[in-house]
Amino acid sequence: MRRIVTILLLIIVALGISLSLAKIPFGTPKTKVGKYYINEGIEETGAVNIVTSVVVNYRGFDTLGEVTVLFIAAIGLGAVLTASVRGETRKIQPASLVLYTGCRFLFPLILTFGTYIFIHGHLTPGGGFQGGAIIASGFLLIYLGCRERRISRVASNLAESLGGLVFVIIGLLGLVFGSYFLLNFLPKGTANTLFSAGIIPIIYIAIGFKVGSELASIIDNLIEES
Amino acid sequence: MGFLNSYIYYIGAFGLILIGLYIILVKHNLIKVIVGLGLLDTGVNLFLISVGYITKGTAPIFSRPQIDSEHMVDPVPQALVLTAIVIGVAVLALALSLAVRLYQHYGTLNLRKIREQRW
Repeated sequence: MRRIVTILLLIIVALGISLSLAKIPFGTPKTKVGKYYINEGIEETGAVNIVTSVVVNYRGFDTLGEVTVLFIAAIGLGAVLTASVRGETRKIQPASLVLYTGCRFLFPLILTFGTYIFIHGHLTPGGGFQGGAIIASGFLLIYLGCRERRISRVASNLAESLGGLVFVIIGLLGLVFGSYFLLNFLPKGTANTLFSAGIIPIIYIAIGFKVGSELASIIDNLIEES
Repeated sequence: MGFLNSYIYYIGAFGLILIGLYIILVKHNLIKVIVGLGLLDTGVNLFLISVGYITKGTAPIFSRPQIDSEHMVDPVPQALVLTAIVIGVAVLALALSLAVRLYQHYGTLNLRKIREQRW
C-alpha cells in the first residue's frame, strides 16, 4: 500500500519536474554572471582558475558559511558519538606486514599530493576542499593499515582552529585595509604563477587545513566508536 | 534520439534523485535510508553541473593564455557543487553517527520497530 502511494507520488513529482525541465535547454549558456566571471575574473582576482576565484573571492563569504556548516557537522558528530561511555578498548587485530608497509609508504605521498592540490588551487583544478579530502583519505589509510596508530586530538583541533582563524582574520584585514570583508588587499602579481592572486592561495591553504583536520577527526570518531 | 541526446544528463540526475526519494520513503532500514540520502545528494550535484554545461565546453581555467573563453562552461554551478560535495560527506557522517547511537539505544536499525519513530 505504502509502496504504491510512494510510486504514485514519485510519478507525479517526475511529471512536474519533466514539464519544467523541458523548458531548460541543455548545453547553452544560461547565466550572465558566469560570463562576467570568465571575462573579468583574471583581471579582478588574478586567479586563472575561475572556479577558485568564484569560491574564494566573489563568493568568499558564502564559503565561510559552508566551512562553518562543515565545522558544525564535525562538532555534532563528536558530541553524538563521544556522549556514550567508552568501553575498554577492544583487542585490535594487527594488519599484515604488506598492508602495514604499504600504508606507511603511501601516507607521505598522499599528504604531499593533497598539499600540492590545495596550494595550486588558483592555478589547476583543485583547491582547499579537494586537497583536504585527499589528506583525510591519507589518514583513513593509516587507520586501516597501521591500526594502533591514532591522530592526536590536540593537533587536529589546533589545525582546524588555525584554519578557521586565518580565514576570518584575512577577511577582517580586508576591512582594515579597504572597504569590505574579504577584500583582496594583497598584490595580485602576474597571472598563472604560483605567487599570484593575492589572498586566494592563503585562504585556500587555510581551508585545506581546516577541511583535512575536520574530515580526519570525523574518521577518528567513527573508528573509535565501531 | 535527439531528445535523448539533449536531455540524457537531466534524466540521469533526476533518475538518481527519484531513486533516492523512493528509498527514503519506502525502506525501513536506517542505513538504507542514509544511502538514499547520499544518492539524492549526488543527483542534485549532477543536475547542477549539467545545467551549467555548455556543448563542447572546457573547464573554466585559463591554463594557457590563448585559450578560448567563449566555450568555457559556467563556473558558478561548479563552485556551488564543489562545496556541496564536502558538506554532503559531513552530513552523511553525521547521519551515520546518529544511526550508530540509535542502534546502541534500541538494538535495531529497523525504523518500524523503533518506538518513538512511527515511520
